[in-house]
Amino acid sequence: MIKRSFFKSKYLPYLLILPQMVVTLTFFYWPAVQGLFQSFLLSDPFGQKSTFVWFYNYIELFTDPLYLKSIFTTFVFSLAVAFVSLSMGLFIASMANRALQAKALIRTMLIWPYAVAPAISGILWLFLLHPSYGIVALGIKKWIGIDWNPVLYGSDAMVMIVMASAWKQISYNFVFFMAGMQAIPKSLIEAAAIDGASPFKRFWFISFPLLSPTFFFLTVMNIIYSFFETFGIIHTITQGGPGGSTNILVYKVYQDGFVGLNLGSSAAQSVVLMSLIIVITFLQFRFVEKKVQYGG
Amino acid sequence: MVEKTPILDFFTYVFLLLGIFIVGFPILYSLIAATLPLEEVVKVPMPLIPGDQFWVNMKEAWSRGDLGTQILNSVIMASGITVGKIAVSMIGAFSIVYFDYKFRVVAFASVFCTLMLPVEVRILPTYEMAANVLTPIQALCNLLHLEGLLSWFTGNDITIDLNWSLLDSHTGLILPLVASATCTFLFRQFFLTVPEELCEAAKMDGASPMTFFRKILFPLSKTNIAALVVIEFVYGYNQYLWPLLVTTNPKMTTAVIGLQNLIPQADDLPEWNIALCATLLVMLPPVLVVLFMQRWFVKGLIEKEK
Repeated sequence: MIKRSFFKSKYLPYLLILPQMVVTLTFFYWPAVQGLFQSFLLSDPFGQKSTFVWFYNYIELFTDPLYLKSIFTTFVFSLAVAFVSLSMGLFIASMANRALQAKALIRTMLIWPYAVAPAISGILWLFLLHPSYGIVALGIKKWIGIDWNPVLYGSDAMVMIVMASAWKQISYNFVFFMAGMQAIPKSLIEAAAIDGASPFKRFWFISFPLLSPTFFFLTVMNIIYSFFETFGIIHTITQGGPGGSTNILVYKVYQDGFVGLNLGSSAAQSVVLMSLIIVITFLQFRFVEKKVQYGG
Repeated sequence: MVEKTPILDFFTYVFLLLGIFIVGFPILYSLIAATLPLEEVVKVPMPLIPGDQFWVNMKEAWSRGDLGTQILNSVIMASGITVGKIAVSMIGAFSIVYFDYKFRVVAFASVFCTLMLPVEVRILPTYEMAANVLTPIQALCNLLHLEGLLSWFTGNDITIDLNWSLLDSHTGLILPLVASATCTFLFRQFFLTVPEELCEAAKMDGASPMTFFRKILFPLSKTNIAALVVIEFVYGYNQYLWPLLVTTNPKMTTAVIGLQNLIPQADDLPEWNIALCATLLVMLPPVLVVLFMQRWFVKGLIEKEK
């Protein structure tokens, strides 16, 4: 789209778009193409020369049980994070929306974790869930009665990274749900109230369906978050362990490529992730169009 | 509210307090731990009454983690990314919306597609790129056999070896992150809502494109810029993967990465009080930015992601 009245200039528009183009070409497209190219190459152990091997890296990848396990781990992880943080965010937002007093204060108290880096959230939860000193770990041991130890048990480590990731994301979801609820016309709620619908019914049959676009959007955003941005959490507190139980796809790319120097495989993994994010972006944009038709 | 529901209202506040408590608990608990001496922190359960070691622990954390340098690095990185991103995407959007040229659609599409290429999916090649930013030009030289050509032309042996590394530098931390599809979209979207009459009037008065940008478009965008400043500062400060890749020198590391060295490992003294002090200090700048610029933050977050 362009303005009806625009400027005419021979070189200015190119000059203005130039910085953007230079950065995207050097740091986005060139590396992406390199990665794509590298995923078809196999380099010898000394990195001296590489041979073109077609889809060998991909075939290796999808027959590697560790990679398949990593895919599974990633899906469990992202679904758990999305579920926990969305339900907490929705619950708190619906409560905050009902509150009559101190709205600004309540909002302030709930939004600041957005500014906390994922890695820092990881450290905080590492302490809370520390098998010897953590208070939450103590509670789990005492009341649930399991031998909690995220250093030894994969499932415990998974719970730990889910908690750390979901906690940080609650405030993000809260902000969006809150904005969504405030956009719902008061007259709808009042009409339902006159018809005798209880507050719960009003929430379930009016607010919740009207929030569904927000809900879908946030689900996508939460999944993207847990796929990519949680790298800091994994790197700080579990390093993918114990026994690969928290080794999500992004972390595996880093480990295989940057630490293990298995260039071909790492590049192939990057390409898989790239296709995944293309699918997610596509879904998201399809949905955004729908939201517009829905009536804003 | 539409009707009086005292019981429900009561529970609303109870659950709200509970929610605020759950959200605030990790920080509250770390704050307490940060005030205790070592022997108190490792007690099971840890006492919930703050101790008097806060300043002692803070000083120790500050010097041990070299937090002064690292927080400065983080702030430089975050500010650089914020300013760079906003400047680059604003003039980019101006070019896309207010000019008609052949390359326009291609430019817009190529910026759009960067949405699908986060750093996380191109770790190694981007690192290689940062290690020598002139790789594409070198590749071009090799492709054109420029070396041979020049040697033949001048009669001497000439080798072209272009090398410019961004590793362990502030430029390396900032530059690769200043291109942003979402910021460009936001500005494009906003520029499209600016009334046509403003541009027509400016043209009629003989304003050049840059005068129009400086005197009309920029002042109109102030709220959007403020909102983006908050979001991008937090984004830049909290970066993890990229600084981890490009910096190896502890003097160049950012604070969020540096924290890892302070976490007590299995064989260390469990000095969680020091580690948590450092953690709290490091998270302070972005939290303060969000709290003090709350209004802009909420606006920026919601409009940017739409």
